[in-house]
Amino acid sequence: MNVSRRKFIKSMALNSAAATAASLFPGISFGAWKRIDQPSGMIHWQKTPCRFCGTGCGLLVGVSGDRAVAVKGDPNCTVNKGLCCVKGYHSVQILYAEDRIKDALVRKNGKLVKVPIREALDLVAEKMKETIKDHGKDAVAIYGSGQWSIADGYVASKLFKGCIGTNNVEANARLCMASAVTGFMTSFGLDEPMGCYDDIDHADVFVTWGNNMAEMHPVLFSRMLANRKSKDHVRIIDFATRTTRSSQASDRSILFRPQTDLAVANAICHEIISNNRVNWDFVQKHVSFHKGKTNIGYGTEDHFAFNDKAETIDFEEYKKFLEDYTPEKVEKLSGVPAKDIKYLASLYGDPDQKVTSFWCMGMNQHTRGTWINNLVYNIHLLVGKISTPGNSPFSLTGQPSACGTVREVGTLTHKLPHGVVMNEDDRKMAADIWQVPLKNIDPKPTYHTVEMFRALDRGDIRFMWVQVTNPMVTMPNLIRYRNGALKEGRFMVVSEIYPTPTSDVADVVLPSALWIEREGFFGNSERRTQHNAEIVPPPGEAMSNTWQIIEVARRLGFEKQFPWSRETYIEDAWTEYIRFHDSPKHRMAPYKELTTRSGIQWPFVDGKETKWRYNPKYDPAAKGDDFDFYGKPDNRAWIWARPYEPAAESPDSEYPFWLNTGRVLEHWHTGSMTRRVPILHKAVPESYVEINTEDAAMMGIVNGEKVKIISRRGSVVMTASIDGRGRPPKGMVFVPFFDENHLINEVTLDAFCPISKQPDYKKCAVKLEKA
Amino acid sequence: MPVFSYLVYPKPGEKDKLHRDLERLDFCETMPAENEDLLILVTDTPDDHTEKKLQLNLKNMSSLQSLSMTFGHTD
Repeated sequence: MNVSRRKFIKSMALNSAAATAASLFPGISFGAWKRIDQPSGMIHWQKTPCRFCGTGCGLLVGVSGDRAVAVKGDPNCTVNKGLCCVKGYHSVQILYAEDRIKDALVRKNGKLVKVPIREALDLVAEKMKETIKDHGKDAVAIYGSGQWSIADGYVASKLFKGCIGTNNVEANARLCMASAVTGFMTSFGLDEPMGCYDDIDHADVFVTWGNNMAEMHPVLFSRMLANRKSKDHVRIIDFATRTTRSSQASDRSILFRPQTDLAVANAICHEIISNNRVNWDFVQKHVSFHKGKTNIGYGTEDHFAFNDKAETIDFEEYKKFLEDYTPEKVEKLSGVPAKDIKYLASLYGDPDQKVTSFWCMGMNQHTRGTWINNLVYNIHLLVGKISTPGNSPFSLTGQPSACGTVREVGTLTHKLPHGVVMNEDDRKMAADIWQVPLKNIDPKPTYHTVEMFRALDRGDIRFMWVQVTNPMVTMPNLIRYRNGALKEGRFMVVSEIYPTPTSDVADVVLPSALWIEREGFFGNSERRTQHNAEIVPPPGEAMSNTWQIIEVARRLGFEKQFPWSRETYIEDAWTEYIRFHDSPKHRMAPYKELTTRSGIQWPFVDGKETKWRYNPKYDPAAKGDDFDFYGKPDNRAWIWARPYEPAAESPDSEYPFWLNTGRVLEHWHTGSMTRRVPILHKAVPESYVEINTEDAAMMGIVNGEKVKIISRRGSVVMTASIDGRGRPPKGMVFVPFFDENHLINEVTLDAFCPISKQPDYKKCAVKLEKA
Repeated sequence: MPVFSYLVYPKPGEKDKLHRDLERLDFCETMPAENEDLLILVTDTPDDHTEKKLQLNLKNMSSLQSLSMTFGHTD
């Protein structure tokens, strides 16, 4: 780097002033810095939330000229306090890979060719009009993501639900968080955790349920380890189906057979009641008991429909229901020794121990995902360990804005930014804020994600716009859905940053501005909304997904609903959106506040964030002396009698192995970004199949050998990993799904939880062959 | 050849005017904060005489509330 002495001194002067300003005004931003003709080597730092998982780490991005060149953790962000994971530290490199999509592409004679973006947007609008005219409004759909910035999802919902009048709005969070949502809704009547990350600093015991936090939420896992290091008595219990880095770092690793977490959770409750560890004062004042339907199916057939029906029961009936779940009976089913079940129950039941439970995909990607969420809440509710510092059942999120965009904005078929399409008052609120006729908003939900792609295959949907996600890698039973997207008479629009298997099936590719190339908001796992400015300019003709939708909306004739200027549209969309949440239960921070701070937790009332909901000491919406579960009409949290039911497909003599899929530390989801970061790609260049040592020995498979994984739906050849970073038990294999060259989802099953409609990526039956 | 940097506080409501006033001065680079009533000023003058003249101009600026030095260097 060639820097003259004079320029260096001036850069020191500038950096010194900026550092002083940052210490006096945390979150201060000097956006104009990048527009100044700076001396070479001068870097200035701007805040942003991380682009990857749902933790919501605060980053400071170092910018030189118009280029992001460095990353460090933001010490002013309470989430990560200056720490990052390996993906975060390398995050700005995702902006600059050579094959970045900078121009719009339109398929002509079978090939994608560059066109001016105006032409591509004209074509998108024209195709939407034509499809609606020929096939009806429910023949067009948008499929987004928990990586959508909040404004992206908001304008998508407004255009499709409010203006066009179709509920064909879904997002990939259906594949990762839907069971968490239905778990919250059925147990508490309101979505999202009652606690926050501060619970990590207060808890005495952590139980991670099917959750490899050391790799998936490493910054939060580090915070747990820091707590344990500072206090001798703190324990971490890893409760999982395979041995991982989290198991190795925990005080105790307890393995259970797939799907039997349902039975173990019930056995823990049985044990708590048997040993008189129930917090009766809490239960009598704040809990009611319920049961729902059983034998509820798996959704593997088209048009599958299910509606649960809650019945109130009393404690005695609940206790009787649990008689089937003694630790000894459950040991036979789950493989978890009765003494370990009793040990877990003793931790939850000890009134002197503060307990936090964490979970993510292991419980959510589950054909009984809603139930297992309910059952872990049951444990916390029986002992009254909830909504106080350190006592927290905590559902973690996998994506940076699964909470902010999908759950809060409501980019799912049945949802609106406030409430659901089925509720007339909620529709009236939306129609009023959106300035559309009430009749525009259809009261009937259409398709959840799996059914949406089935509808595309059947031809009920003819036009689909995919933004910020890669379904041609992530959909389970993928072969059917890829073939469906490629059928005659389907029109696929894909807003992307790099070529992917999804852009491969596109008729139009729109170049998207990525992360800090546009202004936006994310919402993390702990109800924290985080703003980022446009820090560097987007390349070529790339524009934000929000603006792409606005451009198309205007071409469709909805100028009145989308009047905003390109300079202020993010602020305008935010200001309009937060009108939906203007109550003490969910009030969001105003735009100006968010631009100055590293995130603000809602409800944000009278300038104060809310760390623990349902507790009047912290929550402005809660009334009374101790707890107020105001989401439910009886002002109580609901304990559910939910039984164990088997997985949709279990190993048998023909397909003798469980297939479990997931992620690795180095790669984000389908790898379309992280595989373009050289150091991350080099660390894990391709996917692999983890095989148990004994199984491998019996089959004569050695480490590094090619193995064919075969299910009833498809097959894939991969390299064997034996005794690697993850070690499955006998009878199970595990495959990370990040690798588009080894599509494990051609093998998985599209069975889902009938309540949440979230697919189970953790359990199907496969056989192995040496390839 | 002195180089200094300052945090510059405008009088209430006069941040934009102060920015314009500073931009008109020679030997000055300014950077307004996007989200606070504050600017950064870096001065780079060729000699002490020019530096004194610049300091006087700054003192006489009506939109300026106060200056807080954060860095100083003289050859």
